[in-house]
Amino acid sequence: MDAEVTAAQTASAQFERELEFLIDAIYHKYHYDFRGYASASLRRRLKTAMSRFECQTLSQLQDKVVHDPAAFPALLDFLTVQVSEMFRDPEYFRALRERVVPLLRTYPSLKVWVAGCSAGEEAYSVAILLHEEGLLSKTLIYATDINARMLQKAAAGVYEVQRIAGFTANHHRSGARTSLSDYYSAAYGRAVFNKLLKDHIVFSDHSLATDTVFAEVQLVSCRNVLIYFDRSLQDRALGLFREALCRQGFLGIGAKESIRFSSQAGAFLDFVPAQKIFQRRAEL
Amino acid sequence: MSLQGRVDAVVIGASAGGIEALNVLLPALSQYLRPPVFIVVHLPRDQPSMLADIFSKKCAVPVREAQDKETVASGTVYFAPANYHLLIDRGPQLSLSADDLVHHSRPSVDVLFESAADIYKNRLLGVILTGANEDGASGLAAVHDAGGVTVVQRPDTAQAPNMALSALKLRPADWVLTLDEIAAMLRTLDALPSRGVN
Repeated sequence: MDAEVTAAQTASAQFERELEFLIDAIYHKYHYDFRGYASASLRRRLKTAMSRFECQTLSQLQDKVVHDPAAFPALLDFLTVQVSEMFRDPEYFRALRERVVPLLRTYPSLKVWVAGCSAGEEAYSVAILLHEEGLLSKTLIYATDINARMLQKAAAGVYEVQRIAGFTANHHRSGARTSLSDYYSAAYGRAVFNKLLKDHIVFSDHSLATDTVFAEVQLVSCRNVLIYFDRSLQDRALGLFREALCRQGFLGIGAKESIRFSSQAGAFLDFVPAQKIFQRRAEL
Repeated sequence: MSLQGRVDAVVIGASAGGIEALNVLLPALSQYLRPPVFIVVHLPRDQPSMLADIFSKKCAVPVREAQDKETVASGTVYFAPANYHLLIDRGPQLSLSADDLVHHSRPSVDVLFESAADIYKNRLLGVILTGANEDGASGLAAVHDAGGVTVVQRPDTAQAPNMALSALKLRPADWVLTLDEIAAMLRTLDALPSRGVN
């Protein structure tokens, strides 16, 4: 093996070590636990962060973040921000509407958990869908994330107006009964979503890696969050969902996510397999 | 140009004209193929990819759409699903991500190649085929820098030459080949036939 290759392999081993140190340092200093995150995505996000923070190595980045608490929220954005859109995968929302809503109607009051809500697109989508189905007035949606800045953005419910066309097309394909424009007012290049929706959503800080269950819910929607976790953290998160869900409650995950590899798989039954909607078993 | 015993995995990236190019490469793979093959083809993001279905009917090897956290099986072809990046993680295991577009693409060739180079290091073969954008150039450079083998489709034989040209601009490739030559090279990745005498 030539010297160049040996050098590349040494550098890569060094990167791995420094990654471990950085994740440990963040855990001890800021109590955010990324130890169970899928390492391939984490590596990629940290490489992007390194160039944005103008650091040559992860240990330089660690130095910056540990000694400058103001730098940490910026790094947290790199590590956590989920790219989403309203009514992402319209077929999922259509399945919620056509298959899950009829059963949700049978409950006197409803609680829904949108886990890993990032900037709130999914939470507002669920709220709009439930409003269209006449269920929002008896519903409380918990929208949780570990990124405080994102939670603030989500609570404000303000999106760039350029994104609205895509949201509207998705909403329409989800089997919409109303117009998306009923739910926001646009001004100065921004769309602000209505108080009507916000009154039924509680945005709060919750970590699937370190926190416990906080309420009994009938529906958990957690899409494109589990893919960033390794199998053991996926198990933990699915365990929380199982605990939070009432018997025969519903769990929706991302189109390409799976519970097949989890020790929690036995707690759930397929409900709408094509849209990755599961139902918690009644007997467990 | 036999790669017998030289690599443990193959990554392939393609964009415009990619399906036609894969139509030459994948049906030529033999059932004795040893390494796994991971493929990113740029496709519309708002509809499911049919690539795994299409190619599993034409191939002697198993062809699947990548599932998150799936353990990599040898001799299997994996396609990245539409609208997700495909990464290779320790294990080796497949890992998907919905992170930002890279070179206007999700899945991105760079994301696959760079993550695979982290895992397979110098035991990786990277192949850049036809395409009209620059995705894949830094990915193939990562394969090269880790000591892996790099192959670029001869630009004058590519339906869209830009992807190959961009890759060649960033690093010289070990091989610049026609599709038929690449197909022949992939056939040298078969498991050694068992012999009576060692």
